[in-house]
Formats: sequence, C-alpha cells, structure tokens
Amino acid sequence: MSMVDEPLYPIAVLIDELKNEDIQLRLNSIRRLSTIARALGEERTRKELIPFLSENNDDDDEVLLAMAEELGVFIPYVGGEEHANVLLTPLETLCTVEETCVRDKAVESLCRIGSQMRESDLVDSFIPLVKRLAAGEWFTARVSACGLFHIAYPSAPDMLKTELRSMYSQLCQDDMPMVRRAAATNLGKFAATVEAAHLKTDIMSMFEDLTQDDQDSVRLLAVESCAALGKLLEPQDCVAHILPVIVNFSQDKSWRVRYMVANQLYELCEAVGPEPTRTDLVPAYVRLLRDNEAEVRIAAAGKVTKFCRILDPELAIQHILPCVKELSSDSSQHVRSALASVIMGMAPVLGKDATIEQLLPIFLSLLKDEFPDVRLNIISKLDQVNQVIGIDLLSQSLLPAIVELAEDRHWRVRLAIIEYIPLLASQLGVGFFDDKLGALCMQWLQDKVYSIREAAANNLKRLAEEFGPEWAMQHIVPQVLDMVTNPHYLYRMTVLQAISLLAPVMGSDITCSKLLPVIVNATKDRVPNIKFNVAKVLQSMIPIVDQSVVEKTIRPSLVELSEDPDVDVRFFANQALQSIDNVMMSS
Amino acid sequence: MDGGGGGGEVASAEAGPPALLDWKFSQVFGERTAGEEVQEVDIISAIEFDKSGDHLATGDRGGRVVLFERTDSKEHGRNRRDLERMDYSDGRHPEFRYKTEFQSHEPEFDYLKSLEIEEKINKIRWCQAANGALFLLSTNDKTIKFWKVQEKKVKKLSDMNADTFKGAGNSSVASSSISSGLKQGLANGSYTDRSNNSLSNALSFPPGGIPSLRLPVVTSSETNLVARCRRVYAHAHDYHINSISNNSDGETFISADDLRVNLWNLEICNQSFNIVDVKPTNMEDLTEVITSAEFHPTHCNMLAYSSSKGSIRLIDLRQSALCDSHSKLFEEQEAPGSRSFFTEIIASISDIKFARDGRYILSRDYMTLKLWDINMDSGPVSTFQVHEHLRPKLCDLYENDSIFDKFECCLSGDGQRVATGSYSNLFRVFGRGPGSTEATTLEASKNPMRRQVQAPSRPSRSLGSSITRVVRRGAESPGVDANGNSFDFTTKLLHLAWHPSENSIACAAANSLYMYYA
Repeated sequence: MSMVDEPLYPIAVLIDELKNEDIQLRLNSIRRLSTIARALGEERTRKELIPFLSENNDDDDEVLLAMAEELGVFIPYVGGEEHANVLLTPLETLCTVEETCVRDKAVESLCRIGSQMRESDLVDSFIPLVKRLAAGEWFTARVSACGLFHIAYPSAPDMLKTELRSMYSQLCQDDMPMVRRAAATNLGKFAATVEAAHLKTDIMSMFEDLTQDDQDSVRLLAVESCAALGKLLEPQDCVAHILPVIVNFSQDKSWRVRYMVANQLYELCEAVGPEPTRTDLVPAYVRLLRDNEAEVRIAAAGKVTKFCRILDPELAIQHILPCVKELSSDSSQHVRSALASVIMGMAPVLGKDATIEQLLPIFLSLLKDEFPDVRLNIISKLDQVNQVIGIDLLSQSLLPAIVELAEDRHWRVRLAIIEYIPLLASQLGVGFFDDKLGALCMQWLQDKVYSIREAAANNLKRLAEEFGPEWAMQHIVPQVLDMVTNPHYLYRMTVLQAISLLAPVMGSDITCSKLLPVIVNATKDRVPNIKFNVAKVLQSMIPIVDQSVVEKTIRPSLVELSEDPDVDVRFFANQALQSIDNVMMSS
Repeated sequence: MDGGGGGGEVASAEAGPPALLDWKFSQVFGERTAGEEVQEVDIISAIEFDKSGDHLATGDRGGRVVLFERTDSKEHGRNRRDLERMDYSDGRHPEFRYKTEFQSHEPEFDYLKSLEIEEKINKIRWCQAANGALFLLSTNDKTIKFWKVQEKKVKKLSDMNADTFKGAGNSSVASSSISSGLKQGLANGSYTDRSNNSLSNALSFPPGGIPSLRLPVVTSSETNLVARCRRVYAHAHDYHINSISNNSDGETFISADDLRVNLWNLEICNQSFNIVDVKPTNMEDLTEVITSAEFHPTHCNMLAYSSSKGSIRLIDLRQSALCDSHSKLFEEQEAPGSRSFFTEIIASISDIKFARDGRYILSRDYMTLKLWDINMDSGPVSTFQVHEHLRPKLCDLYENDSIFDKFECCLSGDGQRVATGSYSNLFRVFGRGPGSTEATTLEASKNPMRRQVQAPSRPSRSLGSSITRVVRRGAESPGVDANGNSFDFTTKLLHLAWHPSENSIACAAANSLYMYYA
C-alpha cells in the first residue's frame, strides 16, 4: 500500500471531503476542485473525477451550485478544448435539477464551454445534448435547453439547423408555462444567431405565438424580446412585425404587461426608428402616462426624461408635457415621486424658455407636495435645472421646502435633506446659504436622533470643504465651539465629533489655535464617555499638528487621561499615547 | 323526482343520468382501536391529492405532513384510467401506501405580540413535481413552507485517502479528528485561507498527477426519502392564514388570511404583494372577513375568494395591482322575512373550490353546498342541502360553538359530483347533473353503510317524520342514520378530498384517514 506523502495530506483530505457529512466541508472541497484536478492529473480527472462528479447529483443545492460554477472553467484541467466534451455530462445532469439558480449556473457554464469547443465536437456532443434536454421528460431539462440554442445553432449543419429551429418552436408551445417563459427569455439570443431568411419566418412566428400566450407571465417576457428582435430586423420589417405588437401590448388587458411596455418603451423606440416613434409610439406612451393603474404610470413617469431626449423638443412639448402636468398632481404619491425624480432632467431637453414657461410651475408645485419624497426628489436633482435657468427663479420656493423638510418629524426625511445640503450650498452660493441655511445646520447638531447629529457633523465638514477654511472659521467654528458647554453630554459628544472631522479641513494653524484648546479643556469633563472620546480626537489630531504641539499639549493631556479612574478612558488614552510614540519612531 | 322511495333506507333509485355510484370502503390509515383515545396532535387538519392523483398528503394538528403514494397505477397506467372513465369497473381502485412523513411546522411563540403560534397544518398544496422530486406548500396560521421530498442515496464511503495516510488501524479516529479540526478552523474563518495558499503555492503537481490519491467510493445503493424545507414564506400575515393556492403559471401562489390576500413568487420568500385588502381603516367597522381563496385552475389572472357574509368575489389580477374592486360578485339574496340571529353566521362560507374546468365554483356554508357558474352571478346553479335538519338546533349549535365549524368541500374530477362532510363522521355526495337526485350519505368507517337518500337536496321537503324515525333507529345502528342527522357534534368530518381523475374520496375522521371508491 503506497502511503500519501506528507505535503499531499491536505489534498487527500480535500478529496475525501467531497463526500463529507458536513456541507461546509463538501462546499470547501468543491470550491477547490481545480486543485484536486491538478493533483489527479488531466487523464484521471477525465476518467475518474468527472464521472465521480456526474454521479454526485443528489447533493445539496449549495454544493451543486458551486459545482456548476467550477465546471464552467474546467477546460484547462481536463486537457484543453479537445477534451472539453467530457464536461458536458455532469453539467447536463445539473441542467435538470429543480433549483433554478443551479440550473441557470449550469447553463451559463455550458455556454462558456460550448463557445470554446471545436466545431466538430459541438456537432458530435453539444448539439445532441441540447436535443436531449429539449426533449427531456421533466420541464426543468426543457427550461435549461432554451438557454443553449444560441451556442449550438451557429455550428450546426443545415439539416440540424432546421431541426433545432423546429425544436425551439416546440418549446415556445410547451405545456408548461415555465418552459414557455424560458423560451421567451432566450428568444432574442437565439434569434441573433439565426439567418435573416429564417428570422422573418420561423422566429417571427414563434414570437407571435408567445405574444398571444394565455399566461401573462409569458407575454411579459415577450415584451422584452421585442427590443432585441427589433434590433435584428431591417427597419421596415421591424415596423411591419414588431411595431403592431408593441402597440397591442401597450393596450394589453394585463397591467403587468403594460407596465413592462412602459419600462421598455425607450428601447423599443430605438429599435423602430424616429418616424414610427412619432406616429405610433408617442401616442402609446401618452396612453401609458394616463393609464388607470398607478404602477404603470409610475413606470412611465420614471422614463419621461429618457423618452423626451430621443424626441423632437416640439413633440415633447406638444404631447408629453401636458401629461407631465397631469402627473404632477396625480392621486398616487408614488407617481409624483417617480416624476419628481426625473423631471429636472427635462430642463436641458426643453431649453430655457420652455423650462421657465412650462416646467417651472410644475417644479414649484412638486416642491410644495405633501409627501416629503416628492420634494426630496426635486431637491436632489437641482443642479440639472440650475444649468438651464439658474437658481434664482426657484430659490423663493426652495427655502420653505427645505426648512419644512429639515424639520420633518420623520428623521429619515431630515437625514435625506442633510445629505443634499452640500449640493444645495454649491448651487445656491455662499450668500444665500449664510442667510437662510446656516442656522439649520447648527440646529441639526442638537437633534434628538443620533443619526441626524452624526450626519450634521459630517455635513459641516463637507461645507467647510465646499466654501473653504476661512468661511468655516467665520461661520461654523465659533458656533460649534460654543456648544461644547452644552449641559447634555451627548450633544457635547457631537461637538467632539464635528471638531475631529473639521480639523483636517481647517489645517494645522486653526486646529492649534482654536480647536485644540477646546479639546484639551474637555479632558476635564465629568463624563467618562466624553473623556475617552477626547482621547480618540486627540489621537486623530496627531498627524495634523506640529510635533512640538503634540509634545507640549497633546501628550500631557493624554498622560493625565491615562491615569483616569475609568478603565475605558485609560485604554483609549494609552492607545493614543502609543500612536504618538509610533509616529515619533517612524519619523 | 321527489316521488322516489322516500324512506331513508331505500337503496335503489331510478337511474338518473349519470348512474348512481356504489361507494365501497377501500383503505384506512391510522385506524383507532376500540377505546383508544385520540391524541389532539394526531387529528388530521388537511388533505390534498396532487394533480396526477398518484400522491396524497395529509397534515395534522401536530404540524406533521404525511405522504401516501398510489400503488396500483404504475402497472395499469393511463389505459386503465380511460376505461374507468367509461364507467367500466374491473374491481380495481386507487390504493395508496404510506410513503413518508416529516415535521413541517413546530409550535412557536411570537414574542412581540405575546402570541402562541400553533403548529397545526391549515392547508397543503402540491406544486409541480420535477425530476422525480415532489414539491408541496404547507402552512400553519402564520408561516408557509415550501417542501421538497426526494429520494437520496444513503452514503456509505470507502477508499478514503486519509485511511491510507494514517494507516488502517486507527483510520476512523483519524479522519474524524481531522474533520473536527477543520470545522474549528472554519469557525475561526482563517483555516481555509491558509490551506488554500499553501496548496496552490507550495505544491507543484507532476503533469501526470499523483497516482496515490484516490476518489472516495460510494458503495451503498440504498436510498431513502428526505424532506427538505426549501423556502419559508413568513411575516406577511397579521391574521391567521386560511388558504393557500397555486397559480397555473407555475411560479406564483397566493396566501389568504382574514383580511388580506398576498401574492408570492415561489422562488422569492422575502417579499410578497398584497393584492386584496379588506381591512377597514377603523377595525370597529369590520363586518366581513375572508374565509377562503383559490386561483382559477387555468386562467392565471383570475382568483376567487369567499367571505363570512356568504359572498364569493372573482377578481382579475390584470385589472390593477391592488384588487380591492372585484370583477364579479356571487351571492344569494336571502329570502325576505327569514332573517334570524343565525342568518349571518350560517351564511359564512367555509370553503370554495373551482371545478377542474374552471367554469364552476363550489362553496360550502354551514347549511348547504352551492354550485356557481362563473358566468352567472344572479345566484347558484344548484344548492344542496347538507344540514337542513339541523335548523331547529341552531341554538344548541351556537352554544357549543359547532356552528362555527369549517367544513370543506370537493368536486369530482369530471365535475359531475360534489361532496362535503358533516357530523357523526358522515359525509355526503351529491350528483350535480341536471335531474340528478343522487345524494348519498356515508360514514367514515370500514362499513360506510351506504344509504341513498332521494331528496334532501330540496329544502321544501319536510324531514320531521324521518327525524323521529331516525332517533328510534339510532339505538340499533349507533351514529349512523339515513339523513345523516345524528347529533354527535364531537365527531365531525371537516376535511375531505376527491381524487382528480377517479371516483375515490379520502376523508379524515379525527386521526384516521379513510378512503372510499366507487
């Protein structure tokens, strides 16, 4: 009996654990399959490991998923492309399992392998595999088959091509809706490989079948293939075959189908070209914008800017804008919110005059919307409008909106508006900001909710970056430093945080002259939580200030804290002292 | 048709179309021996055949799901089934055997609401079988689970590398200690990385591979059935789930509680869409709850739900995302003047089922079975009296809560007959064809003592005389009686299911599953 050499022992264990009881160990082994294969050598990998894996098909789904993934990159380990076909067997089994993600991964791996295989091997082994799966007893096999045709088809001889096309057509009419869905999903990919002559006949008839399917879920996916097919067809064929389908779909009984059209219409317009867009798709889009179902309007409203971009501004003003006006007072807040998130982008499309005349009233009304999301969405895209018409026209309405949001009772809303303050500041300019918003920024530092105080501190730092240290020295620092005497220790903590964030932006001088003294003072605080945070802040200041300041001011304070009765204070003080020493050593 | 034999015990009847069925006992599972006390947890709470009729699942109050498989179909196949449909009987009938069982739900405690959640299985629904594995959904009051039942090879390994390495003597010890060591390593999260590095970097393998390494060999060819919970759909219901139902698209299903119906994708368990919400803004305005919901068998966009006020609403998912407005409403106007304290209670629908062709809906309320044509919303096409004899007793039934019992109903695969349960472990089968007077009462026992009752499906018929006779006869044949009006309210047959393609009924009497065929 030959003994396994000592360094091989880990591999021996790895191989044994392919069948371990513990799923984590099996997973680990499968993830290291390439190592196992290299240890076994190419020939034994082909003759032993691959058949072994082929039988391993009743393992847990997690293991099967990992296996399907590993096998996709396994060609080098079985001896290169000429042996790639041995990998088909285990993957074929994985294509039939019940778990969708395993099947999808197996199909992906098969496609990857198939695209590297030699043409003769494809004909000899890959195409028969696709045919076997397509005729599989269980729907799982047939579902997987749909995703493989586009690899098999190009290298098939003419006879086989005819057969493959008719098989795909069968799959499009399968009893199981799952199979028809898979066929609909993959139709675009398959169609891309089919010759133009057959495209117009065979593929289009499959497409028509799918567009008339009883199951909504199948028709939904057929919508997606509209765009893909449209790009493959000659423009006139596209107009003849795809356009009527799209127009039909846009009036489908099922709102889900219409929703899909609303989401896809932009791509569909590209497929059919400008003229049919103008005559047929604009009316379809207008219908969707006025759909009964809010979900459809949400989808349509969200695409309004994208859609307008590919249209003549004239058309947009004439047809789309009236709908946008209606949507801005839609009964569903989600529709208004979707509209608000994109409508600012229409300004550059429509140009200055139209924006002032048409869009501005809509902006203003959305800024006064009762739902904060709508207002926030407008504010978040302010820069797009600013470029076209300047901010002045908006600023009068902006301020009340911002103030209201800043005082909203939901802290998430307050948080959202804080995130936009730097953007607003840059758009509105220093003057406006000082007058109106400065006080708010300080007010947030004393919010009841920690997340708001944290965001407020961060906001100060971003403002300092935006307007420069001098401005900050005047407008932020004094106010912040004033608050350090706040009776509530949590607010004092926020001040510490703000100072530590501001220090790097303000630079060494201001830090030493203004910030550091305050911090040093805070070491006398009676609350240990403050004191150990002081230690942390001091540590963060070490790289900012001069070496002499460190020795003269920071170190003594830290030494004092390191003798504090509280264990946490001592810990962080010592940590800070250590980092001083480290800096000294390295310099 | 009223003029038949009249007497309850007359077995023969005019051969109305279709022919009367002669019900026979087939099988019983979990039969009680005399004097044996029924454990609460063993009481069956759900029965469901799969689409092919080759499998049957039951759920019980103990949260278990038991599967049975058909034993006679494999040899005869489709051919035989066709023969039987032509009313040719060769004496064979569906027979089932115990297949496996698993614990689907456990009792839980909701700490936020201080509520105990029972493990009782409320409903089971079969999903599309794939690859030889069976799939089903089971639900208790709050949580739906998706189960996969599959044969798995029993692993018996030999030829381990580690054996060779450590020598034959202490092989098992060695390998087990190795694996436990590895486990610890994994827990720390560091071991694997190190081993990976050392494996890929330190070792270079000879081109021909290392001959001494071997793959483990699985020797055992035994298999056993393993049920694995694939997905859990939880936290979507504030109230108790009363129904689940699969969509014909094979990828979605609904779950309904007292006030809401949610739509799920089978593959996605962390989100569902609310499609019906009858919760009023003020709970004091609540007058009606959802009692049952089912998808149309073929139209993916249609579903029906029933309410405690006795109405059935058909909704079209295509119309809008939130289907608060129904597309059709089926309800029967109560006869003027007949209103009483109990009217609303007994009008509550406990179960609805679509016929397989999707055209008819069968509903069960406390007193009757009603069959509705979905193209006719003016009233039911047929009404079958099930409990008319209990009308004088409603007061007692209210006091002992029996009036709130939720009886299920079912239709035969061909839609020609309907069945539902009653008290005293009785169930009744009605023919629904035009002019059919078929109304059979059977007892869930080895000797169902079949009786043909001619006309209890007509409410006009007076039952007074037969009731007195029955009470007298009751002593001779305890618990069974021609019109099913014994008064044993503790033994009730709530759950039953009709085989999808044959005349075979499975029904639950407490902890026992009885099967009958005709």
